[in-house]
Amino acid sequence: MTDPDLAALYVTLKLAAATTVVLLVVGTPLAWWLAHTRNRLRPLVEALTALPLVLPPTVLGFYLLITLGANGPVGRLLSALGAQPLAFTFGGLVVGSVVYSLPFVVQPLRDAFAATGRGPLEAAATLGAGRWDRFFTVALPLARRGFVTATTLGFAHTVGEFGVVLMVGGNIPGKTQVLSIAIYDHVEVLEYGRAHLLSAALLVFSLVLLTVVYALNRRSRVVQP
Amino acid sequence: MSLRARFRLRRPGFRLDLDLDLPERGVTAVFGPSGCGKTTLLRCLAGLEQPEGRLSLGEEIWQAEDRVLPVHRRRIGMVFQDGRLFPHLTVAGNLHYAMRRSASDRDALAAPVALMGIAHLLERRPETLSGGEVQRVAIARALLTRPRLLLLDEPLAAVDAGRKQEILPYLERLTRELAVPVVYVSHSLDEVIRLADHLVLMEAGRVAASGPLTAMLGRVDLPVAQREDLGAVLDARAVRPMPGYHLTEAVVQGHTLFLPGEGAKEGERLRIRIRARDVSIVLEPPRDTSILNVLPGRLSDVVERDDAPGQCLVRIEIGEAGLLAWVSTLSRERLGLRPGKTVYVQVKAVALA
Repeated sequence: MTDPDLAALYVTLKLAAATTVVLLVVGTPLAWWLAHTRNRLRPLVEALTALPLVLPPTVLGFYLLITLGANGPVGRLLSALGAQPLAFTFGGLVVGSVVYSLPFVVQPLRDAFAATGRGPLEAAATLGAGRWDRFFTVALPLARRGFVTATTLGFAHTVGEFGVVLMVGGNIPGKTQVLSIAIYDHVEVLEYGRAHLLSAALLVFSLVLLTVVYALNRRSRVVQP
Repeated sequence: MSLRARFRLRRPGFRLDLDLDLPERGVTAVFGPSGCGKTTLLRCLAGLEQPEGRLSLGEEIWQAEDRVLPVHRRRIGMVFQDGRLFPHLTVAGNLHYAMRRSASDRDALAAPVALMGIAHLLERRPETLSGGEVQRVAIARALLTRPRLLLLDEPLAAVDAGRKQEILPYLERLTRELAVPVVYVSHSLDEVIRLADHLVLMEAGRVAASGPLTAMLGRVDLPVAQREDLGAVLDARAVRPMPGYHLTEAVVQGHTLFLPGEGAKEGERLRIRIRARDVSIVLEPPRDTSILNVLPGRLSDVVERDDAPGQCLVRIEIGEAGLLAWVSTLSRERLGLRPGKTVYVQVKAVALA
């Protein structure tokens, strides 16, 4: 593997890791809200979360580019605060990936919280556990499988992303060039051997990751009451 | 000191509206048909529902107009129908969960574990337990919260009949030894008679009647039981067992009564049940009868019921206790049975509750 390829691999893994962390922090309260709320806005919020599943990544990337670019609302806000616009930076890639992979994290978490139901939480309350205590000692452990699935899917989906990255981050080697785009570049210039190497690496990596996770999930199965 | 509750709660197709004043000690059974609001009442007492109204336990106000004490600060021990053990913890883990949050010291574990007979289950996971074992662990867990109030929501509903007989003695011991009020929701009259001191009858979200158990079951106007099950419950005191006869001599309201079995100890309090269909009435004290138990009394009520054509339900006062008897309408006319009349009752069968 050549240096640019290694750099693309590094950027990809860094991006997937950062995105997954952000998604778990943002997605957990959102999933909790979706699982428990009786608010009338729930279907709309749920639809918004699911949009990345159906929209072409280029559409998503296009709007993100406009929003994050120097003349977009977020771009202007950032420059007013003396910061650089996010478009064509690693930070912009993380923002784009978070939006793009949101449903892959929120939906498993929401389902896991909903499957647990209110029963165990009510029992915990009668045993003297306050709100946060209940969340960390009952809700989180019982949603364990959901977290494993959400983390895996969020990470893996970000590793495999192409369209959004291309639109928002461009193709700057070592900064915003990820594996999928490096492969595309190799194919463009007919370097099939290098494209093969990267593609096979990505394929094997994804397969191993998913297999390990599903095996772990089976073994530590939490039986629902 | 007492548990006072005044609740109003509206749900689609259901309305709870009740005013209750329950004794500070002893077991209160909440009895009624499915859907009458028994469980909702319990959830309101726990704070799991938010009704309008007031709730206080002794000096502590748990709910008033402007403030509601959250569930986790009420110090209630609650046992749900399905136990609700945490599936991600072992039995010991479930018990420690309650202990850590009630500032119990380590030694506190021993008594509830012994009382419920679950020492051999501590390392097991909830999914490997039987229904009866789950409920025993759930009860022990509730006790480890050092509760000010114990709420039991049909703890035996999910348990098959055989296991019920296994758990009932544990519950009996528990409710006798506990110094906090217990509210026990049930739709099984047998459980209620065996465990309760006080009875609340519910119907369509309201309290139909409330009072001491023995007085409530001796009333002729309450739809507590089906016709076949109808009967009075009395408290008796054992005097001496009668070896060889399989009987125990006991006293009810100053009168001698022979009870089945020889298990009771001298001076032990026994709760007995006499079904209305096992009681007959005579005007003169019978002589040379094979029926052992004949008691003098005064007839206080005679009612006809729609569910028993040709029959009357009669209540006979014996001291401060009451017995119920079914008599035919013909017998009522022939014997001239009217309230106030002095009669003798012959009791064909007595059951220990």
